[in-house]
Amino acid sequence: MSLLVPQAGDIPLPQPGPLSEPYWQGCREGVLRFQRCLDCSAATHTPALLCAACASRSLEWVESSGQGEIYSWTRVWRPVTPAFLTPYVPIIVAMDEGWFILSNLVGCEGDAVAIGKRVEVVFHPSGGTDDIFLPYFQLVS
Amino acid sequence: MGHPFRDVAIVGVHNTKQARVLEGHDSQSIALEAGLGAVADAGLEPRDIDGVVGGIASNFLFQSRIGPAWRSMSPLGIPAVIEGAMAIACGLANNVLIATGEAGSYRQHASTAPWTRPTNEFVAAYGMFTAAEFALMARRHMHMYGTTPESMAHVAATIRNNGHVNPDAVYFGRGPFTAADVLESRMVADPFHLLDCAMTSEGGTALVLTRADRTEDTAKTPVFLLGGGTDHFGPSYQHPPVWDLGGVRRPDLVAGLVGRRAAEEAFAAAGLGPSDVDVCEFYDPFSFELIRQFEAFGFCAEGEGGDYVMSGVIEPGGRHPITTDGGTMSFSHGGASVQLFQRVIRGVQQLRGECISSQVHGAEVAMCTGGGSGALFTDVLLLGKDRP
Repeated sequence: MSLLVPQAGDIPLPQPGPLSEPYWQGCREGVLRFQRCLDCSAATHTPALLCAACASRSLEWVESSGQGEIYSWTRVWRPVTPAFLTPYVPIIVAMDEGWFILSNLVGCEGDAVAIGKRVEVVFHPSGGTDDIFLPYFQLVS
Repeated sequence: MGHPFRDVAIVGVHNTKQARVLEGHDSQSIALEAGLGAVADAGLEPRDIDGVVGGIASNFLFQSRIGPAWRSMSPLGIPAVIEGAMAIACGLANNVLIATGEAGSYRQHASTAPWTRPTNEFVAAYGMFTAAEFALMARRHMHMYGTTPESMAHVAATIRNNGHVNPDAVYFGRGPFTAADVLESRMVADPFHLLDCAMTSEGGTALVLTRADRTEDTAKTPVFLLGGGTDHFGPSYQHPPVWDLGGVRRPDLVAGLVGRRAAEEAFAAAGLGPSDVDVCEFYDPFSFELIRQFEAFGFCAEGEGGDYVMSGVIEPGGRHPITTDGGTMSFSHGGASVQLFQRVIRGVQQLRGECISSQVHGAEVAMCTGGGSGALFTDVLLLGKDRP
């Protein structure tokens, strides 16, 4: 077995847009952000103009604790492109503030993944520049 | 008010040759072949067509000089069929051709097929493709209900064996398969083994709809649209595929049950229920999807889909035989849209009684589907032999 690590190859990287730039700026600063509704307090991700619960346009960016639990997972052995080293473990994390994020699990053996395990965000610079820091997740020890 | 599709009939269907590679073809040429085949199957001439659906069908419209004509750009399977039917029901066209095809767009297989790979900024960097998207849904179901890889493998083996005996299938003669064969194939995206997944291939497909009062002029037994519906949550492969993703209007209809509303609407329009369905031409991108669809459509209770598919209903001769030509696992998966029409094509062939393999004898009602939970949409079409 080998430790799951962030991808280091020439993977497709996000191109932040006007709506998502605050999210990626947070990642550069080591902070995971999501949007909270000023009217109903619901959490929204991915970055949106409208609250997912009440369609209000009054959303503010707030900091996440970065903690949650694994909601679902898969372990990929056939890479989407040759740039991805296998195996890698896509996960959906149910964040403590009530929103879901898709990411990869790192820092443990691949067979350590399980639904319900506690995880926390870690950021890794990607693409050889300081422009993009991708949020990954590791098990909380 | 009468049935919305009382005055619409499917009178022509055609699949071109399907293959891993169709030498000498591109997407335009194979779609044109498909369109001509469907028009001929209907006993019509190209000049009879006064409406087309699908961007690629525009080429048919131009080459056969049948313009000016009605056109829709709807590309993806059952919604396009429903739109063509609506055009006829609304009096916008008399004979509508729906045609698509794909060839030459994916022949270097180092990466997964282009239509499987999202480009969105919140998923692409994490190595997502369709198998991983659907696996995240399947894993959640396994966690909630104890659904097993063995039940998924049984679905895959059943569908692949339908293709094994179908001379028109890309993987004709490649079986027979057992569930053990599926479980022993290499892992792609846990819990999906290679043989739990759709293939990639090339091909064209087309169908012709006409006004029901004109079917005396057509060649084959008309097939009718008893009901249909489309359930969508948004763009595919851009947001986390969360089983419990819900909407504000019907919070009970979570993404894991996508297709339930469409099926409810289709059954209501038809005045039928799951027990009336003789052929389940369910879309099969991954084996788990069929277990999920049986639950979403009300054939069995939530969580019981795994046991249901193991109970003898889905095989040839069972009460609800599935995906009888081999589906995307063995018949063909021709690209971004081709295979999304082919459950309807097969449903029509079953009701006509013209299948050269796995014909369901006396089939009166076929349920055809497209999409799946990992893509956050599922479309449903109920076909029948009797005019509604």
